[in-house]
Amino acid sequence: MLKREGDIRIPAGCAISGVIDRSGKRMSGKCMIDSISTMHDRSNGLGGGFAGYGIYPDFKDFYALHLFYDNTAAQHETEEFLKRHFEIAYCSAIQTRKVASIKDEPIIFRYFVSPLPRKLESSQLDEEEYVARCVFRVNVEITGAYVFSSGKNMGIFKAVGFPEDVGRFYKLEEYEGYAWTCHGRYPTNTPGWWGGAHPFGLLDYSVVHNGEISSYDANRRYIEMFGYKCTLKTDTEVITYIFDYLLRKRKLTLQEAAKVVAASFWATIETKSEEEREQEVLLRRMFPSLLITGPFSIILGFEGGLMALNDRLKLRSMVCGEKGDKAYIASEECAIRVIEPELDKIYSPAGGEAVVYTLKNGGRRE
Amino acid sequence: MKRIYVNEQWCLGCHLCEYECAFANSGMTDMAKALKGKEIHPNIRVEDGTDGIHFAVNCRHCSDPICVRSCIAGALSRTEDGMVQIDKSKCVGCFTCVLVCPYGAIMPDADGHAAQKCELCTRNLCGEPNCVKHCPNRAIVYEDRG
Amino acid sequence: MDMFIYPEYEVVRNPDLCIGCRVCERQCANEVHHYDFDLKKMVADSTKCVNCHRCVCLCPTHALKIVKSQDTYKTNANWENQTINEVYRQAATGGVLLSSMGNPKPFPIYWDKILLNASQVTNPPIDPLREPMETTVYLGRQKCEVVRDGSGKLKNTLAPQLKLNMPIMFSAMSYGSISYNAHEALARAATELGTYYNTGEGGLHKDFYQYGPNTIVQVASGRFGVFKDYLDTGAAIEIKMGQGAKPGIGGHLPGKKISADVSATRMIPQGVDAISPAPHHDIYSIEDLRQLIYSLKESTAYKKPVIVKVAAVHNVAAIASGIARSGADIIAIDGFRGGTGAAPTRIRDNVGIPIELALASVDSRLREEGIRDNVSIVVGGSIRSSADVVKAIALGADACYIATAAVLAMGCHLCRTCNVGKCNWGIATQVPELVKRLNPDVAAERLVNLVTAWNHEIQEIMGGMGINSIEALRGNRLMLRGVGLNETELKILGIRHAGESL
Repeated sequence: MLKREGDIRIPAGCAISGVIDRSGKRMSGKCMIDSISTMHDRSNGLGGGFAGYGIYPDFKDFYALHLFYDNTAAQHETEEFLKRHFEIAYCSAIQTRKVASIKDEPIIFRYFVSPLPRKLESSQLDEEEYVARCVFRVNVEITGAYVFSSGKNMGIFKAVGFPEDVGRFYKLEEYEGYAWTCHGRYPTNTPGWWGGAHPFGLLDYSVVHNGEISSYDANRRYIEMFGYKCTLKTDTEVITYIFDYLLRKRKLTLQEAAKVVAASFWATIETKSEEEREQEVLLRRMFPSLLITGPFSIILGFEGGLMALNDRLKLRSMVCGEKGDKAYIASEECAIRVIEPELDKIYSPAGGEAVVYTLKNGGRRE
Repeated sequence: MKRIYVNEQWCLGCHLCEYECAFANSGMTDMAKALKGKEIHPNIRVEDGTDGIHFAVNCRHCSDPICVRSCIAGALSRTEDGMVQIDKSKCVGCFTCVLVCPYGAIMPDADGHAAQKCELCTRNLCGEPNCVKHCPNRAIVYEDRG
Repeated sequence: MDMFIYPEYEVVRNPDLCIGCRVCERQCANEVHHYDFDLKKMVADSTKCVNCHRCVCLCPTHALKIVKSQDTYKTNANWENQTINEVYRQAATGGVLLSSMGNPKPFPIYWDKILLNASQVTNPPIDPLREPMETTVYLGRQKCEVVRDGSGKLKNTLAPQLKLNMPIMFSAMSYGSISYNAHEALARAATELGTYYNTGEGGLHKDFYQYGPNTIVQVASGRFGVFKDYLDTGAAIEIKMGQGAKPGIGGHLPGKKISADVSATRMIPQGVDAISPAPHHDIYSIEDLRQLIYSLKESTAYKKPVIVKVAAVHNVAAIASGIARSGADIIAIDGFRGGTGAAPTRIRDNVGIPIELALASVDSRLREEGIRDNVSIVVGGSIRSSADVVKAIALGADACYIATAAVLAMGCHLCRTCNVGKCNWGIATQVPELVKRLNPDVAAERLVNLVTAWNHEIQEIMGGMGINSIEALRGNRLMLRGVGLNETELKILGIRHAGESL
C-alpha cells in the first residue's frame, strides 16, 4: 500500500495562482478556477486546492475550521474535543457537487468556533495560539481527523484531483472573497490523501507553493522546537509554520520575514546601504535555520493581503500582474491573461524579492 | 635580478642542497647513479656553526663581482641580467677567484683543473635552482629582492 | 629481567639507492641512522625508530621505507603482540602507559557509514562555479528578542557571535604541547582564512597577540597563562571542561617541555612539570560552571562569546542541555578519537563515545527541549575530511574543530609519540633545533591550502544537494542515510537507512 503524507515525505512540482482586489471588492471563486485550468499540464490530477479570503463575512469573528474525517468515529471524537474547547456557533457539512473525477471523498465538515472564554483564560495563551494548539492536537492525536483550514473569514478547499475539478466540486463559484489563491499539484509520488493537497493553512495564513525545498529538514527540525508539528512532511506545511512563527509569534514584518526565508546572499548584502545591510545581516544571524534553499515560488495568503516570493536563485517561474485595484500572481503569465487580458503592468519578480499586495483600507504592516 | 637567498633561521643543516646541486650538475637523470659512491663537489655548501646555526653558502652574484675583476683569463663574466658565469674553456686554473671571493663560493672543480661556481642551474637540465626546489624548509629561496 | 621487545617497525634501506648523503642521520632526533665508517655505509637501529617518516620523506633517492615488523609471538587473537608487549613494558617499569594523538583502535567510524544525498530531476543541483555558495557561519546564541527602535528598525539584541568564513576552526593545541612555529602557523592561517585557532591551555605568547581577532583563548583547569590581557585579546573564550582523548583526566606537560618562553607564557616555573587538574577545582557542578562563564563575561564586558568544551561521554546530551542553559554561547564537543599531546593509553583507548553519536544525541536533545538556538555546537574529535564536515553539519553541528588534520597538513605523520617531545617535524617539541624544522611560512600556507580545499569540496557537495547556504544544511538529517547500521544506531543518529525514501 502506498503511504500517505506524514508517513513519508513527498516532494512535488506544481502550478500556483492568486488574485486580490485591493479595494476589498469581493469576487467569486470562478476566476481562480479559470486561471488555474490554463496550467492544467503543471498538475497531474493528484491534488488541487483553493484559499479564499473574506468569504465568510457573516461569521467573520469566528474561526472557520474545515475538517476531513475518514469515518464517523473520528468525527464524533473530534466534535467532543471541539465542544470541550470552543463555542461552536455553526456547523455543517461543506456543500459539494458530484464531479466524476473526484473520488473517495472523506466526510468534509465546517465549524465556526470561538474559544471557550474560561478555557482560554486558564490556558494563559493568546487566542490565536490557543486555536493553533487545538488544531495541532486534533491533527496529531485524533486518527482519521484532519483540520485543513482554521482562519477567520477565510477558508481552504482542497482535494485529490485536478484543481479545476476541485473548484467545481466545492462549488467555489458560490463563494465571494477579496482574495483567492489556488494550486495544482504534481507530486512525484502518488498519495491518496486529501489533506496533502495545497493550500496548507494555519489560522489565517495559507500557502500555495511550487517547488521542492532542499532545506526542508533543517527548517522542520528548527520550527518544531516552537510547538509546531510537521505531520504532513510537506514543504508547504513547514513554510506556513515558518511564516506563522516569524509573523505572528516574532512580529516581523512581511518584508523582514521574506529576508529571513529568501535571504540575500552575503555578497549581495555587502553592496547594500549601511542601514539595509545591518538589518539583513541581523535577520540572517537571528534566524539562520529558517533560510529556505532549493526552488520555490509561493503565495502566502493572510488577512488583508497576499505575498508572492521566489527562492533567491529564482529556480521556479512566477509572474505578477496588476490592473487597477486587482493584482495577480501566477506560475505562468497565461493564467493571468486568461482572466485579465489587458493588464496595466506585468513583471517577473527577482529571486528573493517579496511582492506584497494588501487591501487599501490597511491590511498589515509591510 | 632573481638571486638565491638563504635564511639561516630555517636552515636545518640537512645538507640536501649540496646533493641536489651535485646531482643537478652531474648531467644525469638518476640521482643514485649520479652520486652513489662518489665524492660530491657542489656549488653550495652548508656551513654548520655551533649552537645549531646552519647556513648554506653559494655565489651571491655580486653587482660588482671581485672574482670577475680578478680573473686573469677572462673566464669569469657577468651576464646582462647580472649572473656571474664561468667559461671553463677559458679558465687556466689559477684560482685567483677562489682566493678573492669573500664568501668562499668559488672552488676548484672535481678534477682540480678549473674553477666552478653556481650558475643558478641555468646551464643544466634543471632550469631553476635545484637547491631551492628541494630545500625541505624553504630556507633557500630564489627571489628578486631588487 | 629486562625483556627485549622486538621493534614494531623496521627501517629498510635499499643499498642500491642509498648515496650516503646522511640526511636521514642528521634529521633523526631519535638517532636511528648513522654512517658506519668501517662498513662505509649507512646503518639503522630500528629499536629507536618511532616511524615518523621524517627520513623517508627527506631521503633524496627514496632509498628508505619503514615496514611493519614481521616478528610475531605465537598468533593469538586475544593476546595480540601489542597487548603482550604492553604487559612486558608495565612489568618492567611499573608505570602508566602513555600515548599521543587519537584513539587508534578499530571502533566503528560512523562517518564512513553515512552517505549523502544529491538532487535529481525534481530539484536542481547548483553549480558552485556559477552561483554563490555560502559557507559563512556565525557561531553563538541566536535566541534574542525582536526589539525595534522608534523608526521601526530592528535593534541588534544578539549576544556576541563569531563569524567564520567556513565551518572549520583549528581546535585547541597549547603552546608547550606544540611548538612556537606551529602556533604561529595556525594563527596566521586562521587569520588568512577568516576563521579561528585555539590557544589550548598554554596561554598566548606575546608575539601572537596580533592575531587576537582570530584567536580563541582557552581557560582550562590549570588556568595557565590566564590574565586580563589574555582574555581581552581573544575573540572568544573557551572553558575546557574535558578533552575527547582523555575525558576525566587533566593534563601533564613534562618539565623538559617548559622552556623559558613556555614558562613565561604559561606563568609557571621553568623546567617544572605543569599539571592541570582533572576537574576545575572551582567547578564541581553546573551552577559553578555558570559562575565561571559569567565571571569571564563580566571581566570582558560581555563582548565575547564563551565556549564550553566537553568530552563526548555517555551522558553528554544531558550535560550539553545543562551547558545550554548556563549562559554559554557555544558548546564544543570532543569525540573519543580526538588527539592529544599525551594521555594515558588506557584512558585514550577506552573512555568516551564517538563524536557522531554524541553530536546527534546532543542536537536532538537540545531541539526536544527547545533550546537549540541558545547555543551553537562545534564538534571535533576526528573530523578527517570535508565529507566528515558536511555530515557533521547535517547531523546538527554549526562548525567543526580540526586539529589532527591540521598537524598532518603541517607535516605530522601520526607516529603518536608527541609525549616524548622529540618531534622530528618540529611540531610537538620545544627543542630549538627541532622547532626550526617547521617554517611557519610553509606550514601556514599548507594549512590555508587544506582548509581552502575542504571548503571547495563542501561547496561542491552542498551544490549537489541543491543547498546554497550552509545554514540550510545544518541539522538537515534528511540529507543523510546510514549503511550497515542497526536500528539503535539509526535512531540515535536520527537518520534513515540507505534505500529508505524521503
